[in-house]
Amino acid sequence: MMEKTRTIDAKGMHYTPLNKEIRAAVKDGITEIILDHINGQRFIGDGLRGEDVRIIINGVPGGDLCMFMSGPTCIVHANAEHAPGNTMDSGTIYIHGTAGDAVAHSMRGGEVYVRDSIGYRGGIHMKEYKDKCPVVVVGEYARAFLGEYMAGGIIIVLGRGKQPPVDERGVGTGIHGGELYIRGEVPDHLLGIGAEKKPFTEADRQKIRPYIEKYCREFGVDEPELFSDEYVHIGPSSARPFAGKYCWE
Amino acid sequence: MPVGSVPPKYKVTIDMDLCMLCERCIENCPYGTFRREGSKIQIISRACTGCHRCIAMCPRDAISLEEKPVDYRSHPVWSREAREAIYTQAQSGKIILTGMGNTLDVPQIFDRLLLDACQVTNPSIDPLREPIELRTYIGKKPRKIEIKKTSEGDTDLVTELAPNLKCETPIMIGHMSYGAISLNAQLSMARGASEVGTFMGTGEGGLHKSLYPYQKNMIVQIASGRFGVDIDYLERGAAIEIKIGQGAKPGIGGHLPGEKVDEEVSKTRMIPLYSDAISPAPHHDIYSIEDLSQLVRSLKEATEWKKPVFVKIAAVHNVAAIAAGIARSSADAVVIDGFRGGTGSAPRVFRDHVGIPIEAAIAAVDAKLNEQGIRNEVSVIASGGIRDSADVTKAIALGADSVYIGTAALVSLGCRVCGSCYRGLCPWGIATQREDLTARIDPDIMYKNVSNLIHGWTLEISELMGAAGINSIESLRGNRDRLRGYMLDENILSVLDVKTVGADA
Repeated sequence: MMEKTRTIDAKGMHYTPLNKEIRAAVKDGITEIILDHINGQRFIGDGLRGEDVRIIINGVPGGDLCMFMSGPTCIVHANAEHAPGNTMDSGTIYIHGTAGDAVAHSMRGGEVYVRDSIGYRGGIHMKEYKDKCPVVVVGEYARAFLGEYMAGGIIIVLGRGKQPPVDERGVGTGIHGGELYIRGEVPDHLLGIGAEKKPFTEADRQKIRPYIEKYCREFGVDEPELFSDEYVHIGPSSARPFAGKYCWE
Repeated sequence: MPVGSVPPKYKVTIDMDLCMLCERCIENCPYGTFRREGSKIQIISRACTGCHRCIAMCPRDAISLEEKPVDYRSHPVWSREAREAIYTQAQSGKIILTGMGNTLDVPQIFDRLLLDACQVTNPSIDPLREPIELRTYIGKKPRKIEIKKTSEGDTDLVTELAPNLKCETPIMIGHMSYGAISLNAQLSMARGASEVGTFMGTGEGGLHKSLYPYQKNMIVQIASGRFGVDIDYLERGAAIEIKIGQGAKPGIGGHLPGEKVDEEVSKTRMIPLYSDAISPAPHHDIYSIEDLSQLVRSLKEATEWKKPVFVKIAAVHNVAAIAAGIARSSADAVVIDGFRGGTGSAPRVFRDHVGIPIEAAIAAVDAKLNEQGIRNEVSVIASGGIRDSADVTKAIALGADSVYIGTAALVSLGCRVCGSCYRGLCPWGIATQREDLTARIDPDIMYKNVSNLIHGWTLEISELMGAAGINSIESLRGNRDRLRGYMLDENILSVLDVKTVGADA
């Protein structure tokens, strides 16, 4: 039986040789890659393929973690920098800590779970296509401009230990597809142009349940109120927020 | 509030002595300009866009078209366009959209630049008997190279070279997306470009699978909407281009209306059927020059540093400083798109008034990169209103490595520059997704128009170079001494770093 786990010591290593080693490991059939002493290396797992590959990151990865990734699961045992899951196609990222700005920017598929908070522009311009529906779950809170220009997918903010979980403006500006679910209250004046509150139905509760379960399982959280509490459901007021702006010559 | 109808833009007439009632005009006009009524063809001139499809298809040359048959009272300030824009906005209260490039009568700097030729001394070269080297390598060049002598006496290159695109001509086709134009138009241009050994851009619309055979001649684009972008797409392209801006609409994003997102467009862009495709104004992961550098490196990292990465910006006031910033990232080429560049759809006010001419932008960028000592490390691609081989030659003499053509390539497919692209009914099968219209382009035939055009221009460039005694494109690049300004003011001459006509060498 071949060794399925490989540990790479990334101490002082530049991101290019690091990614080369990760690719080589995947090519060798390794299914669990442990990266030790990660300290700000950007682009880890960029464009990486492989459904059954798990990457475990010990340390703080730099920006654009798992950008364009297609398939693997990546677990970060620390905070992450900006734009993890940028333009990701499929796969899962778990961040045991906080993440920076533009988390899941333009993500088309896959899931990103952040145990604590995220920065500005979370889930901006996420989109969905056929069976691909990207999901972002944030444990604590999100900063301004959450879910702007969303064209698809689901953003869930659990508001653990921080209520209201979103208290800055620009929520869902220009949203024309997809949904946001925010536990607790979101004052109307924080909603951007094109976003509106919708009823939070039993169907919605069932829809977000599996993602919250996954969050709780990964981060060892046992808080039944995450399942029973009310969420604010925000979606697009129109599928075509810009249609009314133009006329022809 | 009704202001009455504005005068029709065109008047179509049919010479009934010539007409044989074949109804080809009716079949060919998707705007409904013609209707059969008994033994004559009824004409609704108001529906006409001036696309000439009926004229091109009439077997008897029976159709005439007159522009502005009923004009307004002439006035030096209040042009027809100014007045009509007001009527439109008075009734709608909206932003006016237009198609194709700038329609203002702005001076063409290219037309006021004259090329040089040899007489007596420094004899000219005949391309028939001597080679003129037009092959252009686009991409990063090393600052210096390191070589090593082997024990056998050979010389080995030690320096690792960055990947470059090898173009057989300095003419490439710019980015026009599937969605904005038809697949048949893209196929014709992709095959045409492959035929002459050059490259073509995909635009931000993904890469349809029927283009895969031409992928090694295609540059894939990643713009702010990230439509159709996944690792497979990035790996297929010969190069990757990050689109920051476009000459026809600098500073704003793009909206492909849902009506144009049919089954195939939806698959290629990876967005739901009939949904609007909205590209935000900025890339929301790029808010600084450092962020841009990060996206460049991210793309390189994802494709294992095998692909050149270009960055396209609109030519705006501080284009030179921005280009210098791009050149200092890991980008391999800077694309500058001037304010006469075309588009399928842009707000009129942007198209006509935002940005600067490509001629000034090339010169400014070339000068800035030279001043910083990095011009040799990065390629400069110029676009936006390149109409013929003279424009290409002048652009290179001003400092570009190569050019992108857009409208010119569409014109080779029949486009008459009627400017109604945004209506989605292009009678030439270009800016439309309607099947009966796109079927008007047979890529297996029309690719030849595209390759002929580029081939013809390439021949002309080699003649112009030969006449000037220049036998390689490198010696033309940035060679402003081969240009003279004719009726250009001192300020422009100084920006272009070109002498006036009549000046000593």
